[in-house]
Amino acid sequence: MIKFLFKGILRDKSRSVLPITIVIIGVALTIVLSGFMRGIMGDMTDQSARFQTGHVKIVTKAYEEAMDQMPIDLAILGVDTLLESLRNEYPTLQWVKRTNFGGLIDVPDANGETKGQGPASGMALELFNPNSNEIERMNILSSIVEGGIPSKPGEAIIGQEFASKLKVKIGDEITYVGSTMNGSMSFKTFIVRGTIRFGASALDKGAIIIDISDAQEMLDLEDGSTEILGFLNDGVYVDEKAAALKAEFNSKADPNDEFAPIMLTLKEQNNLGSYLDMVDVYAGLFVGIFVFAMSLVLWNTGLLGGLRRYQEFGIRLALGESKGRIYKNIILEAVLIGSIGSILGTTLGVMITIYLQQTGIDISAYLQNSTMMMPSVMRSKFTAQLLYIGFIPGLVAMVIGNMLSGIGIYKRETATLFKELEV
Amino acid sequence: MKYLLIAFLSLSFAFQNYPDADGILKKVDANMSSDTNITESSMVIHGKRNSRTVVSRSYGEGYKKSFSEYLSPAREMGTKMLKLEDRLWIYSPSTDRTIQLSGHMLRQSVMGSDLSYEDMMEDRKLTDMYNSKVVGEETIDGRKVWVLELIAKVDNVTYHSRKAWIDQERFIPLKEELFAKSGQMLKRTVMSDVKKIDGRWYPTKMNYKDVLKDGEGTDFIIDKIEFNVEIPEHIFTKASLKK
Repeated sequence: MIKFLFKGILRDKSRSVLPITIVIIGVALTIVLSGFMRGIMGDMTDQSARFQTGHVKIVTKAYEEAMDQMPIDLAILGVDTLLESLRNEYPTLQWVKRTNFGGLIDVPDANGETKGQGPASGMALELFNPNSNEIERMNILSSIVEGGIPSKPGEAIIGQEFASKLKVKIGDEITYVGSTMNGSMSFKTFIVRGTIRFGASALDKGAIIIDISDAQEMLDLEDGSTEILGFLNDGVYVDEKAAALKAEFNSKADPNDEFAPIMLTLKEQNNLGSYLDMVDVYAGLFVGIFVFAMSLVLWNTGLLGGLRRYQEFGIRLALGESKGRIYKNIILEAVLIGSIGSILGTTLGVMITIYLQQTGIDISAYLQNSTMMMPSVMRSKFTAQLLYIGFIPGLVAMVIGNMLSGIGIYKRETATLFKELEV
Repeated sequence: MKYLLIAFLSLSFAFQNYPDADGILKKVDANMSSDTNITESSMVIHGKRNSRTVVSRSYGEGYKKSFSEYLSPAREMGTKMLKLEDRLWIYSPSTDRTIQLSGHMLRQSVMGSDLSYEDMMEDRKLTDMYNSKVVGEETIDGRKVWVLELIAKVDNVTYHSRKAWIDQERFIPLKEELFAKSGQMLKRTVMSDVKKIDGRWYPTKMNYKDVLKDGEGTDFIIDKIEFNVEIPEHIFTKASLKK
């Protein structure tokens, strides 16, 4: 039967060309849009994890409440002991300590007086600890524009734009002005060892990167850091794993101690949870809209086909074929046409997705004043899911369209067929 | 008849016989301002984890010049600040650098306290900055006070409006609420330990509370103050920062 229907589809082009074209377009668009959205969100999630949130993050309860203000006075103390126990208890994650701090970078003239200054957004990492993998994780080497990575205390990397704005060269001195953990004034002079551009405007504006030991000394944070980040060893964020870890870790926290360390998952930070949920909702919505719109078009196409095949169905009914059998044939034809269209549409959609994954769309010009953490080149992401996601609109729309148009068969009166067919 | 009585009472309230607000402010300025002053003070900063005391010595001439040197704790010792007009320089002995602060940095907290650099710098007479009116009469700690509303009459003030509770006898503020132009309250100050120094009343303890921050606020305690003493001119120069 399938072979017979398949032959019919191939031989009667007017029965297949238009519906297959519509299905190809719809399926390809569904795949391209899904791949693009997943690509952007995947990049945003990955970038956020590496630069800001980790797969899980540990902070004090009090710090979490005011995290946007980077309150270093609420940092974790006894961080090395905590890190050691984390490495023993949760060996499936890589643990690193980091400190975020704000302040001012002041550039001196020849007399040591202010030549220029700007607000700084600082990040202290375990740069001197080769086991931390922080240099690779943050892509520091490939993001360096000039100079290199600090190799000894008192050296810093600053943002390339920041460096050009303040007219700072490699080897120049800059002074950090800020507050220590206790609120005292903090001044520390660094030698600029390199300039960096991450490609994320939020990071590049006013960035200064130093080793955590310098930050601990500068901010009176002996054996302290504002946060500990955990990265799952395989590098992929899995919300269920992170949530289970969090539940276990937080069950041990003293509810009455506002400085007790607590764990947050990536999804709970920077509104990433709502972004990720939004992607799922929008991906579903796209598929739904395509199914609906394509069903309408294919219904109309089916009606036209039904009109064209009015005589054929009439003769088949007159010859004694049941209405149900003809209706079933139409649906089977729809499944075949939908499958052909979906296969071709998926092939086209995947090709476009892979192209967009490799080349991407550069939006850096629109992000110059953005404080949001997002990549400046938007890329699609090819996943195995894209190989079958297109079949949902492709098959469903085609079948629904034909089911609706095929209803007309049941309205034919067998008694009046000969009159209708003017035989 | 009833309505006439209500109208009469309302009018009586509206035209209560309060003294002239400008006259009150002038008396407050006479107590709180001086041509020059040398102050030794302790700033007790209450943090979430601990409290600490920062001791300093300050020299002031009018509202345009001031110089402060931090004496303790060790972390702050030797840090100096110089204000000339609306510019502020900070000297850090650890880096041997003189850093000029300007713009929004002046709104930052001084050493983690509830005072900003602008608070430290603003020492103008209230009558020069605000139009005022008396809006009521209250009692604070058993002392009768006038309640004054002050609205800025010049642009370059840190707080657009204030509400001040002025001691009716000693003409010093016992409490103040400081507001932004939007009407949002930013800080609350409470003055106490009022002493007579060189023939004028002066509060020697002030609690500044940044209402946008948690915590108990910052106590500013005056250990010693001298008014209208001669201060050598070289104190108010950038050279004195590195001395």
